[in-house]
Amino acid sequence: MENYPQLVPLIILIPAIGAFINLFWGYRMGEKGVATVGTTAAALSFVIAVLLFSYLSGSGYQAVIVNPPFLDGWLRIPSAGVEIPWQMRVDTLSVTMMLFVTGIGSLIHVYSIGYMHGDPKFHRFFTYLNMFLAFMLILVTGNNFLMMFVGWEGVGLCSFLLIGFWFDKAKGIGWRNSNAARKAFIVNRIGDFGLMMALFLTFWTFGTLDYYKPGEVAVIHAAEHSEAAATEGEAVVPAEGEVGAHEEGVVAAESAQVEGEGAIGTEGEHAAEAVHASDNSERATDELGVFGQAQRLLEEGREVDLGPFSLPIATVITLITLFLLLGATGKSAQIPLFIWLPDAMAGPTPVSALIHAATMVTAGVYMMVRSNVLFYNAELTSFIVTLVGVSTALVAGFIALGQWDIKKVLAYSTVSQLGFMVAAVGIGAYGAAMFHLVTHAFFKALLFLGSGSVIHGVEHGHHHVSHHAHGHDDDHHEEHEFDPQDMRNMGGLWRKMPITYWTYLIGTLALAGIFPFAGFWSKDEILADAWNVGWLEGDLRGYIAFAILLIAAAFTAFYMWRQVTMVFHGEPRTEAADHAPESVPTMTIPLIVLAFFSVIAGFFNMPTGFLGLDGIFGAHRFTFWLEQSVQHAHAGEFQLGIALMALILAVGAIFLAVRIYGRNKSIVNHTDPLALRQETASIWKLANAKLYWDETYYRLFERPFNALSRFFADTLDWAFWHDYIHDTVIYKGFNAVGDVLSKPIDLGIIDGTVNGMGRLAKWVSGGLRGVQTGYVRTYAITLLIGVVLVIIVILLPLLQRG
Amino acid sequence: MDATGFSLITLVLFLPMVGFTILMFMREEQASQIRWTALGVSIVTFVASLLLWAGFDSSQPGLQMVQRWDWLPTYGISYYVGIDGLSLLLVILTTFIMPLAILSSFRAHVLHERGREKLYYMFMMLLEWAMIGVFVVQDLMIFYIFWEITLVPMYFLIGIWGAEKRVYAAVKFFLYTMAGSILMLLAILYVGLQAGTFALPEIIANVQNGTLVFPGDGLFSTQSFLFLGFLIAFAIKVPIWPLHSWLPDAHVQAPTAGSVILAGVLLKMGTYGIVRFCLPMFPDASVQWAPIIATLAVIGIIYGAWVSYAQQDVKKLVAYSSVSHLGFVVLGIFALNAQGLSGATLQMVNHGLSTGGLFLLVGMLYERRHTKDINAYGGIWKVMPLLGGISLFVTLSSMGLPGLNGFIGEFTILMGTFGSDVLGFFFALFATLGVILAAVYMLYMFQKVFMGEVTKPENENLEPLHWQEIAVMIPLIIAILWIGLQPAPFFQTMDASVNALVTHVQEHFPTVAQLP
Repeated sequence: MENYPQLVPLIILIPAIGAFINLFWGYRMGEKGVATVGTTAAALSFVIAVLLFSYLSGSGYQAVIVNPPFLDGWLRIPSAGVEIPWQMRVDTLSVTMMLFVTGIGSLIHVYSIGYMHGDPKFHRFFTYLNMFLAFMLILVTGNNFLMMFVGWEGVGLCSFLLIGFWFDKAKGIGWRNSNAARKAFIVNRIGDFGLMMALFLTFWTFGTLDYYKPGEVAVIHAAEHSEAAATEGEAVVPAEGEVGAHEEGVVAAESAQVEGEGAIGTEGEHAAEAVHASDNSERATDELGVFGQAQRLLEEGREVDLGPFSLPIATVITLITLFLLLGATGKSAQIPLFIWLPDAMAGPTPVSALIHAATMVTAGVYMMVRSNVLFYNAELTSFIVTLVGVSTALVAGFIALGQWDIKKVLAYSTVSQLGFMVAAVGIGAYGAAMFHLVTHAFFKALLFLGSGSVIHGVEHGHHHVSHHAHGHDDDHHEEHEFDPQDMRNMGGLWRKMPITYWTYLIGTLALAGIFPFAGFWSKDEILADAWNVGWLEGDLRGYIAFAILLIAAAFTAFYMWRQVTMVFHGEPRTEAADHAPESVPTMTIPLIVLAFFSVIAGFFNMPTGFLGLDGIFGAHRFTFWLEQSVQHAHAGEFQLGIALMALILAVGAIFLAVRIYGRNKSIVNHTDPLALRQETASIWKLANAKLYWDETYYRLFERPFNALSRFFADTLDWAFWHDYIHDTVIYKGFNAVGDVLSKPIDLGIIDGTVNGMGRLAKWVSGGLRGVQTGYVRTYAITLLIGVVLVIIVILLPLLQRG
Repeated sequence: MDATGFSLITLVLFLPMVGFTILMFMREEQASQIRWTALGVSIVTFVASLLLWAGFDSSQPGLQMVQRWDWLPTYGISYYVGIDGLSLLLVILTTFIMPLAILSSFRAHVLHERGREKLYYMFMMLLEWAMIGVFVVQDLMIFYIFWEITLVPMYFLIGIWGAEKRVYAAVKFFLYTMAGSILMLLAILYVGLQAGTFALPEIIANVQNGTLVFPGDGLFSTQSFLFLGFLIAFAIKVPIWPLHSWLPDAHVQAPTAGSVILAGVLLKMGTYGIVRFCLPMFPDASVQWAPIIATLAVIGIIYGAWVSYAQQDVKKLVAYSSVSHLGFVVLGIFALNAQGLSGATLQMVNHGLSTGGLFLLVGMLYERRHTKDINAYGGIWKVMPLLGGISLFVTLSSMGLPGLNGFIGEFTILMGTFGSDVLGFFFALFATLGVILAAVYMLYMFQKVFMGEVTKPENENLEPLHWQEIAVMIPLIIAILWIGLQPAPFFQTMDASVNALVTHVQEHFPTVAQLP
């Protein structure tokens, strides 16, 4: 058990090997072989994550830093003082990410076996999935910002590959897919620009990019926390120590915070370990990572010398966090960079579930929670983060109201929910942000996989129908394009696909925040925190976040119920929907597992004193767990009133959706009932047109960029600089000089080697005239003679010596 | 310093000339033997250069394996070779790229068409000799001679085996470089006469201990003019914006191997020259001119990327991308700190690998379709999955994906720029924008060529990659990954030399009181 952390390099290596095998041998292994390799790799990673989890909970949550045995150092420039190692960090935050990334990842591998069945690039798909896992795990396990950046761009690459997976589809769809893939990469690169700037600033401020140094006490909880803990009869014992060092890697325990009478309940063991750990405390280091130094510098209020100018540390931290935020808006699809995510739905649906809903897009939130020490101390940034989060939650929620594509609704919903998490980071509710991140991963993955099952079913139904009805005139059929993702082509699927329906319903209720599903608890924690920050602490962020998130939550319930109604309820509106079969078990089993977690995930973090539920499940367990590595993750106070208000709003929104969409026939005519009413028509049109966001960006950025690009390339660089200046002005001038030189001028003035060079120049000018005459050979030979002469000039002294 | 014994460097330097001589005595009809001889010699040279690395002591900042032999003692000119951490990596880059360039020529359609293969490979050998010479020679005069000799074989490679407008491109290439070189020659003569020797280490030592002073007050001092004399020659070679006009012509017209060598090694002679000559001999001028040249570099980064995006000719696109990439290298050099210079030196190697690789891949496409028009392609990934995968890999390396080589170089350079005492925040900010643009034009090219459905019937049945083509790419892929994952040995190799140079230059920084 003590050596479990040493397994952490394997969690990356195993999916990497899986990807490698499938990449090179997958094409001849058959679907079964490929699926076995890919899924086993994902499952083994999950096992390791579980082992790490059990290690952490069994060892008093001591964070461990592991150096992988096979890569010695990384970016090391001794004279410049740059030392950025390949180094991994096992702490409660990274293990949380590992657990659900590999867990949901494994389920989606299983699901993909059924979903991708028969695809000619089956092996390529599993290669990319495994590769994605490897990069995502690099992102979350790294102990420095640069490793995070490797994972960050690596998952971006996999996202690119998977969005563009069907790049070769006919009728221009392939081209659209590859456009979406490129868009995702480039928009993310804009975010990466911010991340890189943040990294440079961090390095020059702190001299390192490591989160924490080995031996450093990572989390020191403030006095008020221990007071609060003390009133609850808990004792906080900060301690640090070392876990058995490995031969190859340096293992250093960082911090151990052991609660005497914690909710975990194994107080005896923990106390014993705390004592044991204290014995080794001499190993404490003066070297601090980024976060430790940030705290120390802030306490000292020092100025930071940045080359030509120096700034107070608080300003520097604000700058760093603002640049980090730009990075997060890219990867976590926030305003202004969220536009790539809806387009990313061009990828196969398991990809949308895994990458574009559950894991990759949460990387931005993870990064901000990881840097909570910085964000917590940057007031201005926190305010902007809140604004970004709430406006994204609202805007995306609004756009989702007017979409027809089943996956587009979910995509905008994801953007909106990420907005919730970002807003939570903004108001300092890091624990709530992570909690919502985890619960959202479950139910959003569930919803995407469910939608995939629906699409699959409708597609099969469509094939079935066209096979029977049209049989031999396929050409006629091709003309009428059928979109299996358009919700107007669905309806009444609950009877055809019962498992899909019931699991989808659970996901919807969880997302809508209905008691007692997971989303209720996590969304409520964000709202309660917002309330506390606003009304109790009087901070403007709290008011804004609370008011807007509440509206966004109502939107959520509304558009989700609209979707459920249109997809599953009523009567089938097409023959395809009428003939849709239930999906195969490899697809439905992951749905069931995810549905299970969508129900219970909320119980991981029960508020205290609510219906006595905390007595059964324990209170704030998740927050407590996170607190071991996230300095400012504090448990939110539960507000019954707020919970009820949110619940009533959500239920009200559902009722409204039932009233509007429940028995409405206008969808049969492919029109939304809201579009038919005078008072809502223009609003619906705005939502349907996605607020013209893409069009605006196109006019503001893309078109001028392209026009300037052509201007620079064709006019400025080629017509003016290349053709006019060089080929006309300079060329003519050179010709004139060449004519003068080629006339018999006494070259005797120039001596030795220079002589040869002068002659060479003469021949060159001769050669230039050769261009006009077109006799290549003439001047080629002339030049050759020149060269020979030069060589002779060089060699002559050598001969003389001999 | 006055070692007169035989050095391994001389062996590495003259091995290609041995190859040249062997090839000279072979008959044109022995085409296959000629090819394999050329390849064999270049591989032996590569192995020999690895021995250089093995025998290199990275803790020593100065020159190693020095061999000096008086040649024209009256003028202070000597055959003087030696390597330090900076030149060693570029020697290895040269000897690494050459076998790949030669192997890629085996199946080149243009060689079979126009013939004269013997001459072609002889020029290759001559080119390798001259390029290694540029990197190892420590005497200004001999350096100049090697510098000029590199022009000759490249001139013929473009002029004889190039595309339609080859003669125009070859002459332009020659003239353009030549024009800059004349200024350098004048500067060399001045420096040599002032110092009484052409031996670079002695000149630098004299500059350091103050016995040789080039008055360096202000932007238009003697030292500045000497600095510019060298710099303009190097800037044309690099090319630093706006002196890049020869590059698209030369690249588009050159045969594949020519483009590979041009992008892979020849351009680095410019940046190497700046590091080797401009910085240590004229430190005051370097410090004073740093912001100006760095500004040109940043303009080049953005401008090159922007222009690249509009190109319809694949080779031209890659050519302009070189303007952008080498802007990073120049920026790193003029950050005048250890990060910047280390990053710049590594990025020289990286650019050689990734852009060289891109030209090789474009060449493979060209061999099959005989067009460089980007619109003639589309959906190639489906037809040639292996080529598509390798191309994506090299493209990613070129646009600086973390974990691959290009990122390490760019990141270090930008970090150095950010913390530089002469450049700072805004230079880093604008240069980092170039990283976004790199994704824009690189992915545009990749998408246009490899993604989408196959719309042109000519593209439907392309011949799969030949084993020789795969063999060319494998070493590149390994090197790209290796530098990306473990750059530490490379930085270690150059560290002492970088540190010595940076310390020397930083002594000439204006003191705080002098700052505006």
